Amino acid sequence: MNAVAPVAQGAVAASRDAAVVVHGLTRRFGDGPAVLDRLDLAIAPGEFVALLGHSGSGKSTLLRTLAGLDPVTEGSVARPREVSVVFQESRLLPWKRVWQNTVLGQDGADRRDRAVAVLEEVGLGHRIDAWPLTLSGGEAQRAALARALVREPAFLMLDEPFAALDALTRLKMQQLVSDLWTRHRCSVLLVTHDVDEALLLADRAVVLERGRIRTDVPIPMDRPRRHADPRFEHLRSVLLESLGVHDG
Amino acid sequence: MSGTLIRTASPVAARAVPRSAWRPRLGVLTRYASPFFLVLLWQAACSTGFLSTRLVASPAQIVATGWSLTRDGSLQTNLAVSLARAGSGLAIAFVAGVGLALISGLSRLGEDIVDAPLQILRTLPALALVPLFILWFGIGETPKIALVALGSSFPIYLNLHKGIRSIDPKLLEMARTLGLSRARTIRDVILPGALPDLLVGLRFAVGISWLMLVVAEQVNADSGIGHMMMDAEDFLRTDIILVGLVIYGLLGLASDQIVRFLETTLLSWRPSHRIARSA
Repeated sequence: MNAVAPVAQGAVAASRDAAVVVHGLTRRFGDGPAVLDRLDLAIAPGEFVALLGHSGSGKSTLLRTLAGLDPVTEGSVARPREVSVVFQESRLLPWKRVWQNTVLGQDGADRRDRAVAVLEEVGLGHRIDAWPLTLSGGEAQRAALARALVREPAFLMLDEPFAALDALTRLKMQQLVSDLWTRHRCSVLLVTHDVDEALLLADRAVVLERGRIRTDVPIPMDRPRRHADPRFEHLRSVLLESLGVHDG
Repeated sequence: MSGTLIRTASPVAARAVPRSAWRPRLGVLTRYASPFFLVLLWQAACSTGFLSTRLVASPAQIVATGWSLTRDGSLQTNLAVSLARAGSGLAIAFVAGVGLALISGLSRLGEDIVDAPLQILRTLPALALVPLFILWFGIGETPKIALVALGSSFPIYLNLHKGIRSIDPKLLEMARTLGLSRARTIRDVILPGALPDLLVGLRFAVGISWLMLVVAEQVNADSGIGHMMMDAEDFLRTDIILVGLVIYGLLGLASDQIVRFLETTLLSWRPSHRIARSA
């Protein structure tokens, strides 16, 4: 339907072993300034990348392009065939029970068993037959994560998935995502506003500004990570600096 | 219901709970006291000769007439004829309304072709077509069923079309990222999402079908509740006319209850229905 090609065809030679390769991606709406401006980005298999940036920096557009929701007009994008997206809102179908939502569009007689297994994995085993509108915000996001994982994606996109949750639920969800990623080892692109979240979860943090990558830093800390770690403090100020926020 | 919710959320919740427990029982009584009193008043006015039975029959007379009409079978026969007309008209309206709404709701081309003529037609009062329908279809069953079908297709079409068009685009996006086919998206996302609107349309359609039937049966009919009432007019039988009115009222009430039942069973995923049922 659009120009998102499987990796084997579209990948540039230099990053042949990457899971996701974005090359020279430019996107503009009408005659306005470019939302994405000749962007290059590669994500290795199993790598966890956090994408930071102000509103309007192009991070949502990049994610939508990678998800296949926006067309590729200039440049190229290569990504695995099996991708999943978790949005800020759970986007569950209110008229299907939680387990049916989880395996929506999946075939096979073992649908329910697979749904139950993945719902138990995200800690939602007790709400399998619930209606989505009866779930709390955290539970709904768990169900959305389950729906993403049941497809065994090679590349998982998370679009500010915890932004609408309260602080305590957010901490639990971050822990859950960390555990799930350790187990499944898919490539992850996490779009977030939260520098701490990026530092807790990601292998690499990328800061986007006016459609270009302003900062691209590895986060070489052992997991589980502690805020008290001096490297955490250092990276935090580096990222905040490149976001234009000067702390202390 | 919302009042109860607000009360339990406030600090006076402890006092509110026992009050709301006996309130419904008393509520039933006070609610029907006033209509009951009015019927009594009506009966008294007729019995004392204050109201002429030529103008309006007394409640007791209506009950007696209703009973005798049931005994000689004419009420059942006419009711069956009316029900068959309303039922077949509604069935046609449902098929036509849903079909057209699917065509115009699911494709831009379909909308261009279907929607504009229907929006123009819908501004015509359907009852104004009675003379034309009699010319076209004669005075048999066809013009009556056609009138019911025409009148009640519009609410079904309009509401379902609106429902399909107002599906949350975020859900459609989600369906795309999950790789759902077009057919599956229609089946799992669009149609269930538009179902509440379809049921609203059905409710309007049922109401309109009775309205259409009343008019259709009073013009050139030889059976049906409406005909029974027109016949009674010639003999100044206000009691029979009122029996007909009561029947129409009961039919309207019953069909509304059926649609309500459909709503609670088909839309059980909606939290409002759960609250309504548990309360």
